[in-house]
Amino acid sequence: MFKPYSALALAKHALSPDRPWPRAWNSPEPKSSYDAIVIGGGGHGLATAYYLAKNHGLTNVAVLERNYIGSGNVGRNTTIIRSNYMIDGNTQFFEHSLKLWEGLSHELNFNCMVSHRGQVVLAVSPAQLDTFARRGNIMRLNGIDAELLDRGQVMKLLPYLDYSKDARWPIYGGIIQERAGTVRHDAVAWGYARAADTLGVHIIENCEVTGFVMDGDKAVGVETSRGKILAGKIGIAVAGHSSHVAKMAGLRVPIETHVLQAFVTEPVKPMVDHVISWGAELFYLSQSDKGGMVFGGHIDGFNTYTQRGQFPRIQTVAECAVSLLPLMSKLRLLRHWGGVMDMTPDGSPFIGRTERPNLYFNGGWCYQGFKATPASGWTFAHTIAHDEEHELNRAYSLDRFEKGRELDEFGIGNWTYKQ
Amino acid sequence: MRIPCPHCGQRDVGEFRYGGDASKARPAHGTGDMKAWHDYYFLFDNPKGPHDEYWQHVLGCRQWFKLTRNTATNEIGEQP
Repeated sequence: MFKPYSALALAKHALSPDRPWPRAWNSPEPKSSYDAIVIGGGGHGLATAYYLAKNHGLTNVAVLERNYIGSGNVGRNTTIIRSNYMIDGNTQFFEHSLKLWEGLSHELNFNCMVSHRGQVVLAVSPAQLDTFARRGNIMRLNGIDAELLDRGQVMKLLPYLDYSKDARWPIYGGIIQERAGTVRHDAVAWGYARAADTLGVHIIENCEVTGFVMDGDKAVGVETSRGKILAGKIGIAVAGHSSHVAKMAGLRVPIETHVLQAFVTEPVKPMVDHVISWGAELFYLSQSDKGGMVFGGHIDGFNTYTQRGQFPRIQTVAECAVSLLPLMSKLRLLRHWGGVMDMTPDGSPFIGRTERPNLYFNGGWCYQGFKATPASGWTFAHTIAHDEEHELNRAYSLDRFEKGRELDEFGIGNWTYKQ
Repeated sequence: MRIPCPHCGQRDVGEFRYGGDASKARPAHGTGDMKAWHDYYFLFDNPKGPHDEYWQHVLGCRQWFKLTRNTATNEIGEQP
């Protein structure tokens, strides 16, 4: 079924429209057992299956997705990639992810539309600009690009922001990571699914995991809506419902489920060439290739599984948008949605082994799941294949709070609302 | 979503501050058992269904109270 996509194939299909493109991946019946199962066919689950096959030669693998591929958070985010982190553990992990993004379209033979348009974080006080200098220095010591910008440089790059004397939050400068940018999110799911399928991975859609088959303490399989499936190793990568699935295996994890809203305006002509983040409040904005302003803010602030945002948050995010870019007051919202996220006390994720042998856990991605997709799959596949964490995900253990090794990078996560 | 304040009645959620899981028991003062504190602070039941929780009417009467909300629907039931 797999034929490489190329300019020649595109021309051929354009000339013979009666021969449609073949499906990008198969839909096999689930077998009764696999060497490894990944629960969750989102970006992270598919990437995990791909790297299990590609890097570790494990091809007798199934990805179980309760809905269809691309139906979850991988297709419902603000598509930003970056690696401007400053705590050891995060810095190296997210830089590895950005490096994987850089070659991903070639690696997968799928155009993921990776756009290194650069991300500017704006400082709204001199003290904040000082902390950005510190962050930039730490990034550069780790070999990551970062440039500090003064107010004049920001005015040149982003002339449409509010620089007036009445600006609610005066802009003192900023920091730019040129290699940061955006990616076509659906293409990431489709690209990993197709590439994993090509290597022999079974992608099984409409297959919900309803429980685990245990042999004492050991997880040896899963019960699903399409029957029992046994597995040598099982990885959980479900996002939003991570603690729900972990609970089926008797695990209690440091995760709470919250709703995070995102917004798209009607399309306008190209104006915002960068990803913009703000120092006054958690707020981030970019312009899509179709022209819509894509932006978002904080979570609503109480645990919920409803994919439905509350109005006060919409108002706050709209206020952020207008105080930063006054012209946003003239734009109409085209779409707005809420997705459910795993939030962790320190705002950092988990990738690692669990107290159950053969059961591995990947979750707690808070605001940063999308940009982490390639490195998350890469390190989770390593952890599953070798029954041991890779150096890059060692900091993301489930017991880090017991050991006093929190990774409190930005002061985000559900704790923000519990103080 | 509207929250029923026992003193002021139904008000918009924007007037309230969320106080988290009300079913958790705080370890006694002076408890040196780090595991008990870890579980209290860092682990969450995170149910998809009824959840007993604290709210404060921070932009109103400032009263703290408990209620039960279904986290799958945001429906608010009886006050526990």
